[in-house]
Amino acid sequence: MSSAQIEIQLIASLVAIACAIPGTFLVLRKMALITDAISHSILPGIVIGFFITQDLSSPLLIILAAVSGVLTVVLVEFIQKTGLVKEDTAIGLVFPSLFSIGIILIAQNANDVHLDIDAVLLGELAFAPFDRLMMYNTDIGPKSLWVISIILLITIILLFSFFKELKVSTFDAGLASALGLSPVVMHYGLMTVSSITTVGAFDAVGAILVIALMIAPAATAYLLTNNLKKMLILAILFGVISAIVGYWTANLLDSSISGSMTTVLGLIFLIVYLFAPNKGLFSVLYRQKQQRIEVSLLTFLLHLGNHEDEKERHVKHLNEHINWQKVQSKSVLNLALKNNMITIDNDIVSLTKKGKNFTSEAIDYIITNKNAEIENMKDRFFLFRG
Amino acid sequence: MNLKEYIELVFTDYTLRTITLGTAVLGAICGMLGSFAVLRKQSLLGDAISHASLPGIAIAFLIIGTKNSSVFLIGALISGLVGTFWIRGIIRKTHLKSDTALGLILSLFFGFGMLLLTYIQKRPNANQAGLESYLFGQAATLLENDVWIMVIVTSISLLILLIFWKELKLLLFDSDYTKTLGFNTKFLDILITTFIVIAIVLGLQTVGVVLMSAMLLAPAAAARQWTNSLSVMVILAALFGALSGVFGTAISASYNNLSTGPVIVLVAGVFVLFSFIFSPQRGLLFREIRFRKNRRDLKLHKTLSFMYDIASTHENITHPHAIRILNNFQGFTKKSLQELEDKNYVKIDGNMWSMTEIGYKTAANLYNQLTNSKDE
Repeated sequence: MSSAQIEIQLIASLVAIACAIPGTFLVLRKMALITDAISHSILPGIVIGFFITQDLSSPLLIILAAVSGVLTVVLVEFIQKTGLVKEDTAIGLVFPSLFSIGIILIAQNANDVHLDIDAVLLGELAFAPFDRLMMYNTDIGPKSLWVISIILLITIILLFSFFKELKVSTFDAGLASALGLSPVVMHYGLMTVSSITTVGAFDAVGAILVIALMIAPAATAYLLTNNLKKMLILAILFGVISAIVGYWTANLLDSSISGSMTTVLGLIFLIVYLFAPNKGLFSVLYRQKQQRIEVSLLTFLLHLGNHEDEKERHVKHLNEHINWQKVQSKSVLNLALKNNMITIDNDIVSLTKKGKNFTSEAIDYIITNKNAEIENMKDRFFLFRG
Repeated sequence: MNLKEYIELVFTDYTLRTITLGTAVLGAICGMLGSFAVLRKQSLLGDAISHASLPGIAIAFLIIGTKNSSVFLIGALISGLVGTFWIRGIIRKTHLKSDTALGLILSLFFGFGMLLLTYIQKRPNANQAGLESYLFGQAATLLENDVWIMVIVTSISLLILLIFWKELKLLLFDSDYTKTLGFNTKFLDILITTFIVIAIVLGLQTVGVVLMSAMLLAPAAAARQWTNSLSVMVILAALFGALSGVFGTAISASYNNLSTGPVIVLVAGVFVLFSFIFSPQRGLLFREIRFRKNRRDLKLHKTLSFMYDIASTHENITHPHAIRILNNFQGFTKKSLQELEDKNYVKIDGNMWSMTEIGYKTAANLYNQLTNSKDE
C-alpha cells in the first residue's frame, strides 16, 4: 500500500464517520431528505465562493457553502410555514432551483472557471492526496484530510457536549422545550453541522455520496438496534467498512471511488434489509405469517367454543363453516393439536381444558382490547408457535 | 435577436423546432402527472426515481454497446420501477420512514450508476461519449423520434387518465373509501406510479437526472395555488409545464452557454413564485391584504363601539365630544376617523366629533351582533 492509498482510505473513513454522526440524528428526526436538498443547493455557494477566492479549498468557500445550506433549510421552512404546499414539495422546489442557479453560474463563466460540475457532484477522491497543505514549506498532509479532520473534531466535541440535549429534542421535542432546552436551537445547530459536514465532505466525495454516507449507514443501523448509542456506533462502523471495501473495489474495477463506496453501502443495506433479526424483510414476513395462523387458530377455537353440538364439530363441517382452504385448516388444526388445545376423536373436534381456558381469556382480551396482553397470553399457552 | 425573429426561427429551424416541441410536450406530461404526485404527497418520489434510473441507462449501454435513446428509456424505466417498488417495500415492511427510504434509494442507486458509468468510461469503446449528458440533460440532443415517443406516451397517459379519472380522483382523496367501494386500489396505485416513472424517464434526456424532480413538481405546485378542482389543476399544470418548456428553450437559445435544463427549471420556479404571491385565493399577497383589511375593520369597529359607549351616556346622542378623549384609545387614527366620517357615522367639527343617527344605530347593532353571536 502506497502512502497515497493509505491517505485516500483515511480521508474516506473520516468522511464516513463525520457524515454518520449527523446522519443518525437526521434519520431519527425524519429529515433525511434535507441532506439531499443541502448537498445540491450548496452549489451556488461554492460557485460564488470560487469566483471570489479562485481557490477550491479556501475556508471562505466552506463558509459560503454552509451559509447557502442553512439558507436552503430556512427557505424550505418558510415555504412550509405559508402552508401553500406540503413539506416535501417545498424541499423539491427549493433545491433544484438553487442547483440550477449554480449550474448556470458555472456555465456562464465556463471560460475562466476551473470547476467541473461532474467533480462537484461526484467528487474525486483519487486526486485528494495531490492537493497538499504546506506549512512553513513542509508538507503536512493532504488538504482535504485536514479539512475533514477539523470538521469531525468539531462534530465529536458538539456530540459529546450536547448528547443529552440532542437525544431529548430528537425523541420528544415537547419534553425538550418543557425542560428549557430549545428544540429550535438544536434543530438549527444540527442543520449547521450537517451543512458544514456536507461541504467539507463533498470536496472529497461529491454531493451524491454525501447523501449516501449520511443516510445509508444510519438507516442500516436503525434496522439493527433501537438504542441511540449503539446506532451511532454501528452507523460509524458501516461507514468505515464501506470506505475501505469501496476503495479496494474501485481499485479493482478502475472506477470512481465514491460510486463504489455507495455501492458497498447499498449492498450492506440490502443484506441487513433482508436478514436483520426482528426488523428485516424475512423476519417481518415470517412474523406476519405466524400471526396470521395464530389469529386463525383463535378464530377456530372461538368457533369451537360456541358449538356444543357434535355434528357442528365435525372436521369436514368446520372446514366449510369457517370457509378456509384445505391447507390452512390443516395447519391450524395441527397447531391446535400440538399445543394441546383440542382433541380429535373420530373426526369430532373438541376443546381440551387448556383450550377452554385459552378461549375464555382470549374473549376477555378481545373485549378489553389491550394490545400488550396478547403476546403474554400466547407465551403462556403456546408450546409451539404458528 | 428580437422576439419576432425568434418566433420565425422556431418555425423554420429544425433543431430549435424539435427542442421547443420536445420541451413543451415534456412540460405538459410532467405537469399532468406531477399533479398526482404532489397531491399524493409523493413529491420527492420523482427525485428518487430520476436518480434511481441512472444504473438502468448504464446497464442498457453495457448490454447493447451503442447509444440508443429508446433502449436507454427502457433500461431507465426498469431500474426506476425497481427503485420505486423497493422504496414501497422499505416503507411498508420496516420502520424506516419514507424520507429515509427515498434518500437511501436515491443515493444508493445513483452511486451504483456512477460506478457503472465510470467503469464504462475506462473501457475502450468510443461510443460511450455523451452518456454523462443524462446527468444534466442536453435538450440539444433531442431528435424528432424522441419527440414522437414523447407525444405518443403523453397521449397514452392522457387516455389512461381519462379512462380511470373517477377512480384515480377517488384514490387521491380517500383511498380507504375507494377500497371499500371495491376498486382495486393496488392496481390503481401501481398504474399512476408507473406513469409517473414513465414521465420522469422521458425527461431524463432533456432535463437530466438531477433536475427532473423540479419538472414534475413545480408546474403542479404552481397550478395548485389557483384552483381547488383536480381537473382544472391538471390542465393548468400541463399548461404551466409546457410554457416553462417553451420559455426555457427560448431563453437558453438566445444566450450563449446556457444549458436548457436548468433554465426550464428556473422558469418553472418563477411560475411557482408568481403563483405563491399573486394567486387570488391562497397567494401570500392577497392573504396579507385580506389580513390587513380585517385588522383595519376590527380597529374601526373598536373605535366606533368606544364612541357608542360615550355617546350612549348622553341624552342627546349627537352631543359633540373632543377628539382628545379618543387619544388614549388604540384603534384611533386620523385615517380611521376620516373613514368613519366618510361612512357618515360621525361628524367632525374642528376638534370635536359627534355621532350621527346612522352611526349610533350601526354601533348599537354591532354590539348586538357581538352579544347575539356569543349567545348562540
